[in-house]
Amino acid sequence: MANTAVERRAFSDVVAVLGCGLGILLGLFLAAGTSDSVMSFHGALLVLAGVAGAIFILRDSFGKEDAFAEEGYFDGPVKVALIAAVFWAVAAFLIGDLVAWQLAFPALNFDLPWTSFGRMRPLHTSAAIFAFGGSVLIGTSFYVVQRTCHARLAGRWAPYFVIWGYQLFILLAGTGYLLGVTQSKEYAEPEWYADLWLTIVWVVYLLVFLGTIARRREPHIYVANWFYLAFIVTIAMLHIVNNLALPVSLTGTKSYIVFSGVQDAMTQWWYGHNAVGFFLTAGFLGIMYYFIPKRAERPVYSYRLSIIHFWSLIFIYIWAGPHHLHYTALPDWVQTLGMTFSVMLWMPSWGGMINGLMTLSGAWDKLRTDPVVRFLVVSVAFYGMSTFEGPLMSIKAVNSLSHYTDWTIGHVHSGALGWNAMVSFGAIYCLAPWLWGRRGLYSLRLVEWHFWISTVGILLYITAMWVSGILQGLMWRAYDSLGFLQYSFVETVEAMKPFYLIRATGGLLFLIGSLIMAYNIWRTIRGDEPVDAMEQPRIAAAPELRPVPAE
Amino acid sequence: MLKHETLEKNSILLLIGILIVVSIGGIVQISPLFWIDSTIEKVQGVRPYTPLEQAGRDIYIREGCYTCHSQMVRTLRDEVERYGHYSLAAESMYDHPFQWGSKRTGPDLARVGGKYSDQWHVEHMINPRSVVPESIMPAYPWLAERKLDTGNLAERLKTLRAVGVPYTDEMIEKAEADLKAQIDPDSRAARELLQRYPKAKVANFDGKADGEVTELDALIAYLQVLGTLVDFTSFDASGPNLR
Repeated sequence: MANTAVERRAFSDVVAVLGCGLGILLGLFLAAGTSDSVMSFHGALLVLAGVAGAIFILRDSFGKEDAFAEEGYFDGPVKVALIAAVFWAVAAFLIGDLVAWQLAFPALNFDLPWTSFGRMRPLHTSAAIFAFGGSVLIGTSFYVVQRTCHARLAGRWAPYFVIWGYQLFILLAGTGYLLGVTQSKEYAEPEWYADLWLTIVWVVYLLVFLGTIARRREPHIYVANWFYLAFIVTIAMLHIVNNLALPVSLTGTKSYIVFSGVQDAMTQWWYGHNAVGFFLTAGFLGIMYYFIPKRAERPVYSYRLSIIHFWSLIFIYIWAGPHHLHYTALPDWVQTLGMTFSVMLWMPSWGGMINGLMTLSGAWDKLRTDPVVRFLVVSVAFYGMSTFEGPLMSIKAVNSLSHYTDWTIGHVHSGALGWNAMVSFGAIYCLAPWLWGRRGLYSLRLVEWHFWISTVGILLYITAMWVSGILQGLMWRAYDSLGFLQYSFVETVEAMKPFYLIRATGGLLFLIGSLIMAYNIWRTIRGDEPVDAMEQPRIAAAPELRPVPAE
Repeated sequence: MLKHETLEKNSILLLIGILIVVSIGGIVQISPLFWIDSTIEKVQGVRPYTPLEQAGRDIYIREGCYTCHSQMVRTLRDEVERYGHYSLAAESMYDHPFQWGSKRTGPDLARVGGKYSDQWHVEHMINPRSVVPESIMPAYPWLAERKLDTGNLAERLKTLRAVGVPYTDEMIEKAEADLKAQIDPDSRAARELLQRYPKAKVANFDGKADGEVTELDALIAYLQVLGTLVDFTSFDASGPNLR
């Protein structure tokens, strides 16, 4: 038996190296065989990735007996994902804050193509959602599925392929935007070849996840994994349908989407709203369902509630897209249907919030003593707030005021910063000592600083955007006493300036918070002794280092 | 009776269950849009973009203009007064992809065509604050200096035809000539262009005398056609609009 296991592993090594070789060949073909300079650059990136992958595999496994030992949990890919998440968080907030200052001071566009708002803004949104959020989701899902299934991650190289392949996708997408390669579909800007690459990575991701569940030594699949699974398969469906495009040439970057006009708009917002629903909600609820009970050391509040809100959430979310298209040329019946389901969505969303918050029952004191718990719990409160605001804004009468204004931007950020980023910070602070076997975080007090600085940043951000959004919406529709429109468009732009300054300041605070986190995580990983070990809860330490509670 | 336990203990059943549940909404909302005729009511005047306009559109997309400008006048009183007749579905039926947008940091552009002179657009693109002092738009000075890349122009139109834009063989064959003709007013080629693409604006958009087609020429040609193809003086919202 042992012999066949060794053979099987050797076989997977060979397949992985061949895969790298294929990547190198394809990259060389693209780099050399095209007149499209971005395509040759991206081909070169693929060559580099293939070479790096091949070196990594050959150095780590070939001819080494101990490399064949596959015991315990497989946390290497999780560590890569965690470091990537911290890096992309800082990058995303930095670019986000830069574009925020650009709106206040247009000279910051520097009159250059690569730094102008139109190219930087997709870079910010993709860095935040897909680079930061995606790395957190892949990393936590790989960690959680192993612990809740009591099984090692499936695959020998596949998990590494998923996390590194995903990073390559981010590089292809991000450098593409700066060089002017985009489909212009919001949150689906990467061109056809990057989309195809992501599809391959994503299918492997699904297989690794399902393979791990199949190995489980627990009869039940834990609730966090339902959410992760719904996130993975639904994103696959949305990604493939929304990105159906015909490339102009197989060696060029440009393609045209197969849909047009009204059908394209509907397909895009079916995708766009469910990028929120499944990437930023279902996936992150998976994080919530593992890390809050774990860190607070309390069981999930209600098992029944989790069943009801899981199925109703994923069923209803898919219908909500048309609320992005109220009063447009989209047929009225679709708009009304979208609004109705968006309002209904309030309930399953709050089901999740209640289940997360009430898990703290009997442990509310931890909100005061453990800033990591506070990150996790306040994120759920923000989730509750923005999932109330969302249905409100989807009502046609409200939407006629809010749409196209900064109110939408504020709403998105109360969700993205308050919910997604904060729950991610909580999970990252949990994971760093657990993964690297430390007695705790380097400093819990720095977590405290991070929490308050970022909370003040978010509040500045969303209040500024509420005021500017509603103000601009009202100015657009204001009439004077003679029945003429009162304001020219540019007067409403001028009125935004103070709020753009406040927003950019809030964003700066959020960025500073993330730098504090990066420093803290770096010191933790490096192995520095915690400066405030006595103040940290026992759960902060890696499982093998946790003090046994006194009888 | 089906117990939830069944799904919780079988990952494939759980997966299938999820797939069924998340498919329904999209099937109900999206697929009818492809066969219900009234989704896009027929209107006269809408035509495929000229090669120069389409090239300009590709630049509009490349520079991410959609991040600040919508192209969708909603059916609201103030919008119709500010921008013009509300947008019809037919007006974007050849738009791959659509550019309706989601944010108006700048004004809506669905009907910007003809509102400003070409010279205004040139100055505005090179330095927006020279014509609108309070503007926060980035400057795009490189557009005036870059020669338009027409290397795969015909392939682009062919690709668009493959996804449903009714370009004829003649249009594709003459793509390069039509592109040059559109910045060459009063030429025979321009008259041919206008037969293929009625209502196209022919002008030396960037104002340079050298006859070279720049990216700025293309972008302005695109902006000047936006919202101008349907004649709203004869449009009747209540009836068939084939006149």
